[in-house]
Amino acid sequence: MTLDKGSSRESADSLESTSGRSKIEFRLDSASGLPTYLQLVQQVEHALRLGYLRVGDQLPTVRDVVASLAINPNTVLKAYRELESKGLAAGRPGQGTFIEGVLGRVEFPELTQFRRSLLEWMAKADRAGLDEDGIAALFASSLWDFRNRGHAVADTEGAA
Amino acid sequence: MNVIETSGLGKSYGSTWALRDCTLAIPEGHMVALVGPNGAGKTTLLNLAVGLNAPTAGSITVLGKCAAGSPAALDGIAFVAQDMPLYKTLSAADMLHLTRNLNRRFDRGYAEARLGELGIPLKRKAGTMSGGQQAQLALTLALARRPRLLVLDEPMATLDPLARHDFMATVMAAMVDDGVSVLLSSHVLTELERVADYLVLVSRGRVQVAGEVDDLLAHHRMLTGPTAEANLYTEQLNVVHARQGEAQAHLLIRTNGAADPVPPGWEAQPVGLEELTLAYLREPGAAALPGPARRADTKIVGVAK
Repeated sequence: MTLDKGSSRESADSLESTSGRSKIEFRLDSASGLPTYLQLVQQVEHALRLGYLRVGDQLPTVRDVVASLAINPNTVLKAYRELESKGLAAGRPGQGTFIEGVLGRVEFPELTQFRRSLLEWMAKADRAGLDEDGIAALFASSLWDFRNRGHAVADTEGAA
Repeated sequence: MNVIETSGLGKSYGSTWALRDCTLAIPEGHMVALVGPNGAGKTTLLNLAVGLNAPTAGSITVLGKCAAGSPAALDGIAFVAQDMPLYKTLSAADMLHLTRNLNRRFDRGYAEARLGELGIPLKRKAGTMSGGQQAQLALTLALARRPRLLVLDEPMATLDPLARHDFMATVMAAMVDDGVSVLLSSHVLTELERVADYLVLVSRGRVQVAGEVDDLLAHHRMLTGPTAEANLYTEQLNVVHARQGEAQAHLLIRTNGAADPVPPGWEAQPVGLEELTLAYLREPGAAALPGPARRADTKIVGVAK
C-alpha cells in the first residue's frame, strides 16, 4: 500500500513540474461559487497584493496548471487573457505569461482609512442587531447593486 | 474545422428511435461534455461518431468532412469505450504491441514514456492493475494513436477521486500538447463543470442544448423575487425552469445577453453549468440551440415548499 501511494505521488509530481517550480500554485475552491477562470485571476491578484508575485515573474504555464488541477486549458487561457486586459500580465510568444503590472493604486494610509470607516459601519450594524451573516449578505448585495447599477444607486440612497 | 457535424441524424432500433433530428456543428479545440439521462441517446451518438453504427436517417461527418467510419475518420479518432476494453491476461507491453499492429498510426515511444511517467510497469498484466491504472493504460493506448479527436464514453464511472483527477489531468494535458479535441459523455455533472467548455445535452433521443459553455452561461440568469409577481414576467421572459415557494420564486431564464433588464425588486444572479443543466433536464420541452433566444414552450409550475 505505502509503495503504491509513493509511486502515484511521484507520477503526479512529474506531471506537474515540466518547467521548474513556479512562484505560485493555483488551487480551486468549489465553495467559492466563482467561475474557475475568475478564481485564477483573483489568486494572481491576491498574490500580487501580498507580494508573492512581482513584475517580471512568470505565471505557471498553461500545461502545468492543466496537469495539476485537471481543468480545461481554455479556462487558463481565459484567465490569462483577463489578466492581460487588466494590464497585470503579458504573454511572451513561446515563453509564457509574465507579470507586468502592479495592483493597488490606493496607497496604504488611504486603505487604512477605508478599513476604519468600514469597521465603524460594522460596529453600527452590530449595535442595530445585524449579525455577521447579515452584514456579509448586505455587503454582497450592495456591492452587486453598485457594480450593476452604478454609482446612481449610491447617490440616490445617500440623498434619501 | 468542425470535429463533428450532423444533419437530421437519427438512429432507430426497430420502431424505437434512440436518437432523432440531431443537428450539430461542434468546432475543434473544445472539451465537449455530452450529458443526458440514462437511455437519452448519448452512447448512440458516440457510436455513430466513431463509426461503430450507421445512421438510419440524416448524415454525420467528422474531422472536417470525413464520413464517420471511413479510413480517414478512423485514423483521426480514438475511442475509449465505457467498459475500458483491455485484455486482462495481457501485459501492458503486449497491449502496446497489439494496438500498434491494429492501427496504421501508433506512437510507441509516446506510449512507453507515458506509462513510465505513470509508474505502470510494462510487464504488469492489465487484470492485476488498479482501476485507475487500467483507465490510464486504455487512455495511453488511445492517445498514442495521436488522434485529433478523443472520444470517451463514461470513462470515470468506476474510478476513485484521485484516479479521476489524474485521468482528467492526462486528457487536459493532451489538449495542450497535441491540440486534441475531446468529446466526453458523462452524467456526473460536478466533474464536468471544471473541464468542459462546450455542452451538448441530449434527452429523450433529441439534442436539447448545444453550445459553448461561456455563451450558454452568459445567456442565462437566475431571477429571484416575489412569487406574487412571477406570473407577470413569464409572459415577457423566456423562462426555462421555475421554482416557487409561497413568497419567493426562482426563475431560470434565457436572455439575449447581460443587458436584459431585470424587473424592479428582483435580483439577477449568474448560473453555473450544473444548475443550467439540471434546469433543462427537468424541462425536456425547453431548448437552447444555436440561434436567438426564443420563448420556451414551458409553463411555470408551482413547486411545493
